[in-house]
Formats: sequence, structure tokens, C-alpha cells
Amino acid sequence: MEEETHTDAKIRAENGTGSSPRGPGCSLRHFACEQNLLSRPDGSASFLQGDTSVLAGVYGPAEVKVSKEIFNKATLEVILRPKIGLPGVAEKSRERLIRNTCEAVVLGTLHPRTSITVVLQVVSDAGSLLACCLNAACMALVDAGVPMRALFCGVACALDSDGTLVLDPTSKQEKEARAVLTFALDSVERKLLMSSTKGLYSDTELQQCLAAAQAASQHVFRFYRESLQRRYSKS
Amino acid sequence: MKETPLSNCERRFLLRAIEEKKRLDGRQTYDYRNIRISFGTDYGCCIVELGKTRVLGQVSCELVSPKLNRATEGILFFNLELSQMAAPAFEPGRQSDLLVKLNRLMERCLRNSKCIDTESLCVVAGEKVWQIRVDLHLLNHDGNIIDAASIAAIVALCHFRRPDVSVQGDEVTLYTPEERDPVPLSIHHMPICVSFAFFQQGTYLLVDPNEREERVMDGLLVIAMNKHREICTIQSSGGIMLLKDQVLRCSKIAGVKVAEITELILKALENDQKVRKEGGKFGFAESIANQRITAFKMEKAPIDTSDVEEKAEEIIAEAEPPSEVVSTPVLWTPGTAQIGEGVENSWGDLEDSEKEDDEGGGDQAIILDGIKMDTGVEVSDIGSQGGPKHWKNGADAPIILSDSEEEEMIILEPDKNPKKIRTQTTSAKQEKAPSKKPVKRRKKKRAAN
Repeated sequence: MEEETHTDAKIRAENGTGSSPRGPGCSLRHFACEQNLLSRPDGSASFLQGDTSVLAGVYGPAEVKVSKEIFNKATLEVILRPKIGLPGVAEKSRERLIRNTCEAVVLGTLHPRTSITVVLQVVSDAGSLLACCLNAACMALVDAGVPMRALFCGVACALDSDGTLVLDPTSKQEKEARAVLTFALDSVERKLLMSSTKGLYSDTELQQCLAAAQAASQHVFRFYRESLQRRYSKS
Repeated sequence: MKETPLSNCERRFLLRAIEEKKRLDGRQTYDYRNIRISFGTDYGCCIVELGKTRVLGQVSCELVSPKLNRATEGILFFNLELSQMAAPAFEPGRQSDLLVKLNRLMERCLRNSKCIDTESLCVVAGEKVWQIRVDLHLLNHDGNIIDAASIAAIVALCHFRRPDVSVQGDEVTLYTPEERDPVPLSIHHMPICVSFAFFQQGTYLLVDPNEREERVMDGLLVIAMNKHREICTIQSSGGIMLLKDQVLRCSKIAGVKVAEITELILKALENDQKVRKEGGKFGFAESIANQRITAFKMEKAPIDTSDVEEKAEEIIAEAEPPSEVVSTPVLWTPGTAQIGEGVENSWGDLEDSEKEDDEGGGDQAIILDGIKMDTGVEVSDIGSQGGPKHWKNGADAPIILSDSEEEEMIILEPDKNPKKIRTQTTSAKQEKAPSKKPVKRRKKKRAAN
């Protein structure tokens, strides 16, 4: 179904502007988010992108072990659990990426000598997992009421062998792609917070992917805003 | 984080309420909380909610060689994990007792009861069998983990489909899900655990305790039963002493409850099966209730990326060219190469302040201190010098060596003799070294006293 949409869009683009086959109308998959679904964590969110689903729970600001405490800000910890098997090196590396992104936006100095723990559980993986984890983590932090200076979102894109850009790739598209790039963008000025890439691409392609991710992040932030409006509005 | 202790007045309140046959959430003594089962898009993935307790179950399979003493049977592996989001007290090191107890109970309930036909998991006797792995993750702890976990496990096993295999003589063909529809596991019966909490030395009994009730209970009785009223496992913990008729009564209650739960499971499986066959939407996205204000959905959103190329070109045009690329690597000796000039050693400041404490102190005492090879610690004096951290034997090295306290420095090569002889006491040890591979000498900092 994804492929059909792309081909349609491709044809449209070619007829319309006569530009190169690059940059067809990409689309993000169906999004869904539910907040506050778990009773024990301070904040929780379940984020679904197409068939990829991640559940995030946040505890914080809470007590921290003396060995881990930082005197002037909060200690942020991210734990990512895969669905099958024990967590390995890939999970550790994703945890670090997510932690670095969160540390850049969370106002840790307001809660010194405390700990903020973000626990992520992969519920199903059908492509763009890291982006989904970032989105779930952001929504969970908002639900927990952790002070942040901006929201952040994750967007993944894939470049296939003839250079076509695909946003929010499925696992099949990721497997066949030449390069997969995941970006974390902030909500204030769409600046880049984190990037994690795998594969071969030129610097032009990198800038193109980044620009496409920034365009996509508009939609993700609009989704955040609308879901929070729905929750907090009085009507 | 440590578990918040339960206050005495809360404990007394709960116990008094139980004595008066009242429960905090308004249930009756033998009532179960609402059970909700939802399935994911992959086969074998399900989330079970028992009240607020939530468990995620996933079944996966793999072809492995069988155990030596059971060459014709498949392998079942169960793993229950208490995720850190389930309760603040669940930290990696802290939950071992509870975890072991739950895992062991799950194994006894599902493996020892032979609910899965392991003979049917055999592909080639003695060589290849299916290993079925059930991973359960507790997502939210609101009491009665074992019941929720056993329901999740059995639902996931019933929902799972393994790839089809055909054996023709010596040839084994494994079909992908696209080639042939995957095949369900062969399940004889569905054992489900029912928990009974006892209070006041066995006087009062509650079915399906929630988290608060679990904290004040005296003991727990778990009975695993299937709908044919066969007891698969029974376990009593907490040291309460139960009478025979109490246990019999509990097993009767368990029989009734298990029948209800099994019906619910079969209905849920049937619904999911129907939706998949009809080509409707299935998966967790569908199980998010639309009416809740905490849930929000957005359909597929097209993104306009037509101006992406222009933007990218602009950025690249404005960008500065990258800084000078480092020169090609220089190979000094086999195993020693250098790229670039290296950075100034940032240990410098520390060294200077430390040296004031050293007895051997300053730069003058060259021979005195020497190298204490026994402790493997040397005085390092690279401090104020710039230049790379590694040195090579004199010859054509443009790198300036620090005014180290060593006379000479040797790179030991496998077949050659050391070119220069050290004038220090530890020379004996170094002469043994040529038998090893070329060693890059490194100066180590003297350990802080």
C-alpha cells in the first residue's frame, strides 16, 4: 500500500513540475498516541506509527542513588527493552541517543539531585523504531509534567538505491534501502538535536533528508499539539 | 527506588475492610477484575490487562538442535520480565526473589503440564527442532502478576503461527510466510493460574488481589487449572496453614473462574481470527479506544518534499568547505603508524602539581627514580611538552621527545636485538622482552599516593 502511494505521488510530481524522480510526495504512516495509560509511572504514553508501536513510562523527578546524583541537575536515565530476547548493544546505543536528545531539552537544573527515568518497551517493530521511541519518550515526558524547554520528535527517512527519499520507512523499505537516517528535531526552530544514520549517502542527500525531515516534523508537532488540545481543552 | 512503605493506618484500614467483606474497588470476594485482551499485527503478540495490571506477551520460534536426552522433542523457553516501568521498586538488581518465584511458577504451569505438544515441534529427529520462546513483559504492576502473565502466555501461544516445514526424505524445506501460510502450534489444553490471597491466618480469602491487598496479605495460594478441571500446578506461599476443605473450596472456585476466563480467551482469539480473514484492520492501533480524550489518532499524512532539493542545494552552497584533511598515515615500523601530529597531553597540569609531592621531584633527578617495574608505574613527564603521545626510536623521527627520566627508549622487534641498551636496573627484564611482539613503550603516570 505504501508503494502505491509513492508511485502515484511520483507520477503526479513528474507531470506537475517535470522535476527529477527525486522528492516525490512522501507520506507519514497512520499515527496514534495514548497518554496516561499506566497507573504506576508518573507519565506514560503509547505511540504508534503504522504498525510500529512503543510504550514509554517516565518516573521523575524522583529519588536518586548517591552514586549517580549530579549536584546541579537531574540525572536522566533511559532504558530500552526489546520485545524478544535480552537487551544487547544495539539497545544500549539507542538508549544513549535518546538520552542525549532528552538531556538537551529537559530542564534538569530545575530539579537537582533527582532522577528522571524513561523506560521504553518495544511493543512491535515495523520500521522507524528509533523515531517512534523518540516520539513516545517525548509524549511520556509531557504526560509526566517534566519541565522541558522544547518538545522533540523523531523522523526517519530511507534512501533507496536510485536515490528516492522515503519518509517513515517500513521494515521492508529499510531493508532494501541504501541508507537509513533518523533525526531528532526540536519544536521551537526545527533544529537538529540528534542524528543517527546507517549506510552510504552524499552530503547533498543528507541535506535533502534533513530538509524533508524538517517538513515532516511540522506534522508530528501538529499531531502533538492536537492530541494535547484534545486532552486539556474544556469542550 | 525503594518501595514506599505501607503506612500502618492504611494496613489497618484494608484489613478491617476485608473483615467486613468489603474491597476497596467495590468487588465481591470472588470477583475478578475486568480482563481485556488485545492482539498486535504480528502473530503471537498480545497485551493482557487484568484491571490495571498489564502484561505484554510475544512468542517467537527458531530452529535449533534438540537437547541430547530429548532428541525428538522441541524446546520451550519462558521468560517473564518485570519491566522497570511496572513499578518504581523494580530495579535490575532488586527484584530477584519475586522474579525467580514468578518464572518458576510459569514454567511449572506451562511446561510441566504438557499443554504444548513438543513432539510436534520436531523437524528432523536429533538434528533440528523448533525452539518456542515466550517473552512476557510486565508493563504495569497493580497486583496479581501471575494470573495476568499466565493468561498472556497462553493467549500468545494460541495466537502464534510458526513457519511451515516439509520433510521429504533427507530434504527439509522451510517455507516463508509468503509462500505458505504459517501453522498454529498444537495445544492440548489451556492452563490458567488463579490466585487466592489469605488474610488473618487463613480466616479471610480474596480472589485476584490487587496491589494494596497483596501488601497486607498473609499468604498466597496459586492454583493452575484448565477448563477440564484438571489441576496443573498448585502452590502455597507465605507460610499460612490451610485446612483441607479450604484448599478444596479454592479449587472449586478456581474451576469456575478458569471456565469463564477460557471462554473469554477463545472469544478474543476468534474475533481476531475473523478480522484478519476478512481483511479488516487489526493490531494495537485498533484497540485504542477512540472515545478516550487521552487518545488521539491521525491518518496518513502526505508531506510535500518538492522543495527539498532546492533547500539542500542552498545549504551546501553556503556551507564552508571542510577543513584541511589530515595528511596520509606514516608507517614507522610494523605495527606503529602515525596520522597527524597528535594533541597536547592534557594530563600536564596534574603532573606538575603532583610532582611537587614526589620525592624524586624535579627534572634533574634522571637516574635516581628510575622505573619501578614491579609496580608497573613510571613517572611520566610528558606534561609540558607538546607532540604526540607515542615515540619511536630516534632515526628520522621529527618528533621531539620529552626530557624524560629514561636514558633511552627501545622499540622491541621480534627478530632483532634491541638497538640500544638501557642504562637502568630493569634492563634484565627488558632483554626477555624481545621474544614478544614489538611493544610500544608507554609512560604511565605515577599513581597518586
